[in-house]
Amino acid sequence: MSELASESASRAAPAVNASAEQVGEPAVVRSAAAGRGPLVMEATDLNKVFRLGPGASLQAVRNVSLGLYKGAVVALVGESGSGKSTVAKLLAGQERPTSGQITMDGQPVNVHSNHAFRRYKSLVQYVFQDPFSSLNPVHTVGYHLARPVKLHQPGVKNVKNAVTALLEQVRLTPAVQFIEKYPHELSGGQRQRVSFARALAAQPTVLLADEPVSMLDVSIRLEMLNLLDDLRTRLSLALLYITHDIASARYFADEVLVMYGGQVVERGPAEEVTQHPAHPYTQLLIASAPDPDNLGSSLKSGNVVQGATVAGKAGSVGPAPVGCPFSSRCPLADDKCRRDNPALQLLAPARAAACWRLDVAASPRADGSL
Amino acid sequence: MSPILEIQDLSVAYRTPGGDVRAVEHVDLTLNAGEVVGLCGESGSGKSTLAYGATRLLRPPALVTSGKVLYGGCRVTSGGHPVDLLTMSHRELKSMRWREIAIVFQSAMNALNPVLRVQDQLLDAVQSHLRLPRGEARDKVATLLDLVGIPRGRLRAYPHELSGGMRQRVMIAMALAADPEVVLMDEPTTALDVVVQRDILAQIVELKETLGFAILFITHDLSLLLELADRIAVMYAGRLLETGTAHAIMREPAHPYTRGLLNSFPSLHGPRRELAGIPGSPPDLRDPLPGCPFVPRCAHAIDVCTSVDMSLAPVPGIPGVVSHLTACPIVTPEVSQEGVLS
Repeated sequence: MSELASESASRAAPAVNASAEQVGEPAVVRSAAAGRGPLVMEATDLNKVFRLGPGASLQAVRNVSLGLYKGAVVALVGESGSGKSTVAKLLAGQERPTSGQITMDGQPVNVHSNHAFRRYKSLVQYVFQDPFSSLNPVHTVGYHLARPVKLHQPGVKNVKNAVTALLEQVRLTPAVQFIEKYPHELSGGQRQRVSFARALAAQPTVLLADEPVSMLDVSIRLEMLNLLDDLRTRLSLALLYITHDIASARYFADEVLVMYGGQVVERGPAEEVTQHPAHPYTQLLIASAPDPDNLGSSLKSGNVVQGATVAGKAGSVGPAPVGCPFSSRCPLADDKCRRDNPALQLLAPARAAACWRLDVAASPRADGSL
Repeated sequence: MSPILEIQDLSVAYRTPGGDVRAVEHVDLTLNAGEVVGLCGESGSGKSTLAYGATRLLRPPALVTSGKVLYGGCRVTSGGHPVDLLTMSHRELKSMRWREIAIVFQSAMNALNPVLRVQDQLLDAVQSHLRLPRGEARDKVATLLDLVGIPRGRLRAYPHELSGGMRQRVMIAMALAADPEVVLMDEPTTALDVVVQRDILAQIVELKETLGFAILFITHDLSLLLELADRIAVMYAGRLLETGTAHAIMREPAHPYTRGLLNSFPSLHGPRRELAGIPGSPPDLRDPLPGCPFVPRCAHAIDVCTSVDMSLAPVPGIPGVVSHLTACPIVTPEVSQEGVLS
């Protein structure tokens, strides 16, 4: 990144305690999504520090590396404030990283070349969480889709045909019925389909979907995920799926990256991360998710998941903590955890976790619980 | 268990220039003392309207068009006769609110006043409903915060200085201020992370055990209710489609909509299941279809479904168990024996 950016990072240094830096060489992980297709976009050691005021700063993203592959889904899972949306904004070019590099098709992203950056922005499209506020209430569906078509596909003569084709792609049929409609005439699911269509209008290769279904009703969610799944297969999109719902990531993603306090604390194939979580945070996340198969569960008997109540502190990125960001809530934390922040350690070629107590955490507990 | 809140044949409509939106249609729901009943439905299904209609919190254009809401809390009834919330005077109603029936509103982010300290807002609630001297009221507020696990040091905090989970706890503390018999909870954990959500739910269950109030828990998340609730009522397009114990709903869902919901969320544990979801979207309440509102999305719909009166009937099962009810006509004994649903 530019000198300017790194300078502002060093000025912001006071709050970023030296010992908050990760200890150890971060593991080089072979992404579980790599088998799907060629690498499209790669982020290496992304860092983002926000200056909050004089002497105060917030490290929202620390040393995050990930790769997006053609036709593959990578899920970024974490609670609000874990930095997952900031990662997406960095990838989308909405925010500039404080340090670290993003490459697209092997070329570093150049924010200083207007032409190249515009091209990049059309290849990387963003779908927002809230279908109720991401569409303009005074414009029709047709207008929402015609604009990006004109902007990103200047060669297209018949814009109306292109818009119709987009609507059919997201299964808003018959398309003629929807072109003249206003957002308030559509249901939440239909609005989110329009958002998908709008993103596809730019003919992207990368789709960044930030909680695309969390505002929708449960009965609609699955259909939307199936639509996204179908689109990435048909159009060979590289998809980043951001969610706080780790169960949907299990079904939908090839690779899962779990974020906590701005860092990736665990990554690996979706099924393995959800079935055999190694990091204590991932374990807590999975144990906390409502589970219909867990009738008459811990809730009714009054037992609380271990760690859930500890300090009751939200895991947001506060002033840079010392040591592992999860140490204040972790049932396994010892002095080392509170002193040094662990880097990702390789567990298998495609699996890694950032934890000093992996020997204890990753081994199955005697009682068979997580 | 004795019923503490009995909603009978409640209907609520929103009067609009384009015609009545019949948000709640002939709903019967009973809440027993000390029980957790989960009311589950999608947005627009009428679940919040049902709760607010039953407690007379709705304003025009909403109108309660039929029904009774019988409250049988021991502190107000004389001679064991329950009172009807819908016919009592405003004065009587005011004396009941918060002392007998309290509400934890949806989205704690907006329900708290951003320019008042947490302490002052709690004091407001305590003083207006309990009429305690100032000193005692202050002690009460501090005890309430202890109850929900917020350190006393946060008394002077403004809502924006608290995390989402903390704000929701403040809301719960406020609802419990007057030691109510019934607490309505409208999506109390929807905006929260799963870890915080579980933490708060565990707290709610613990408080319920200690203080002994009954809970009507409203949410769109059926998977949550399966863990939390004793009984579950499934609502769709203003109608109750099915009620039963959490166990019955989970193991033997009778209505196709309930089955669709159960098949809509990915599970974390166990083998990966084939997920089906529910195609289509909820109907327009301005123009209700005759019979079952789920017909357009239902894979099992037959002719009977378009003329069924939607009253709840027992699901055939273990003889003697009458707690599992459904409005679906297909699961009546004759049809299910023919194997329509197998």
